[in-house]
Amino acid sequence: MEYILNGINDAFRMIFSLNAEVLSAVSVSLMVSTVAIFLAILLGLPLGFIIGTNSFFGKKTIITIMNTLLAVPTVFIGLMVYSFICRRGLLGNFGLLYTPWAMIIGQTILAFPIVSALTLSAVSSIDRRIEKTALSLGANKRQVAVCILTEARFAIFSAIIVAFGRVFSEVGISMLLGGNIRYLTRNITTTIVLETGKGEFALGIALGIVLLTVALLINIVFSYLQSKKSS
Amino acid sequence: MNKYIKRIPIIIVLFLVGFIAFFLFLMPKNRIRLATTTSLDNSGLLNELLPQFEQKTGIKVDVIAVGTGKALKLAEGGDVDIIFVHAPFAEEEFMRKGFGVDRYEIMHNFFLIAGPPDDPAGIQHKDAVSAFKAIAEKKYNFISRADESGTHKKEMQLWKAANITPEGSWYLESGQGMGQTLMIADEKRAYCLTDQATFSAYKKKIALSILVRKDEDLLNPYHLIAVNPKRHHNVNYQAAIKLITWFISGETQGLIKNFAPNNEIIFYAKDS
Repeated sequence: MEYILNGINDAFRMIFSLNAEVLSAVSVSLMVSTVAIFLAILLGLPLGFIIGTNSFFGKKTIITIMNTLLAVPTVFIGLMVYSFICRRGLLGNFGLLYTPWAMIIGQTILAFPIVSALTLSAVSSIDRRIEKTALSLGANKRQVAVCILTEARFAIFSAIIVAFGRVFSEVGISMLLGGNIRYLTRNITTTIVLETGKGEFALGIALGIVLLTVALLINIVFSYLQSKKSS
Repeated sequence: MNKYIKRIPIIIVLFLVGFIAFFLFLMPKNRIRLATTTSLDNSGLLNELLPQFEQKTGIKVDVIAVGTGKALKLAEGGDVDIIFVHAPFAEEEFMRKGFGVDRYEIMHNFFLIAGPPDDPAGIQHKDAVSAFKAIAEKKYNFISRADESGTHKKEMQLWKAANITPEGSWYLESGQGMGQTLMIADEKRAYCLTDQATFSAYKKKIALSILVRKDEDLLNPYHLIAVNPKRHHNVNYQAAIKLITWFISGETQGLIKNFAPNNEIIFYAKDS
């Protein structure tokens, strides 16, 4: 029991003294996951929106495929991306393996189906009359889209939070594609794996605390934004 | 609300540009990728030495800690520039196939056979091969790395020398790094083969004792090998040569000789 208490004690000391390992792991995690989330939004949101607002042949199949992709294990994504970007792979010439870019690619692929599937269900669950009303008031296509997105914004925001939580806390992709290089691709979760393997609990606990704190802060900000906008 | 939604794409683009600029700033131009063994990485030697090399040459070394088997594979594929490994037979084959150039011995130490302090199989004072025979005969738990690492390759050599095919419920394969394997061996009160450096780093956290040490069969030399630039044009061969030259210099050899975390020498420089 004592070593856990010691670990927690050391953990707080590390956080408040701005330990270099902690800072670097946190900033790598934040940067990689943020870029990945933005890319996933750029790709996933329009896709989810288009599928959700149009009806066409094969729509149900596509939705089933997207929902299946929600369950893809991170190590499998890591493995697939790895085989593409290692030197022998199709994209080998870019030398992406073991760089933050590789992690971003993997995490984007992880977040993309989450954003698109949840956007899809968000836009398809809003009242169809909004679209008709907007059209009858003479709105053009873009204005209708803005109307639907405005109406579905809370559900879309939570889709983004869910996706961010998933990429921020994943370890398989970061380990396989980033290679856990100190100060370059070593993020919060890979550090925890490394430190636990070393039997060093302090740094692991410190980073666990940071991970939870970041998640908490993001949720506070979002729920503040939601309450402000809905009032 | 419309106003906000119109601005979202602009904000996203600005964020992306900012982050990408920051990443480019983060990645120095002259980098070299060193794949090495988990045992060497866990020892802390590289964290101690490499900053001095980086300061002197301005070349940033990215350390990727994997097993020796995986390190050799990464080098074969040209995914790294240089490897720091400890599996002489596999290395010689690697060289024969022309994947590497400039193979230099940097240092050595010894593998150890660790086990529960009460030593139920009675292997203390035996040589490595007969110790393995005794463990297999009495079917005491033995944890194998089973990950094609240098330590695992050495273990397989010893089983072969003892004429034993290790299998059965006593022979457990962890598939993990040396440190994790030591922790598992500790939890399971099992025997295992370990390198000196990792054992020394974990000594305080585990209740295992060293039972066989400094046997000739347990010699563990570490080599640096540069990846052949004729096979992979992308490798940073210039930097690899600089790193090797720096490691075999008298100054660095002195640093290795004096590297003693926990007041214990864990690597012996090349000619000592």
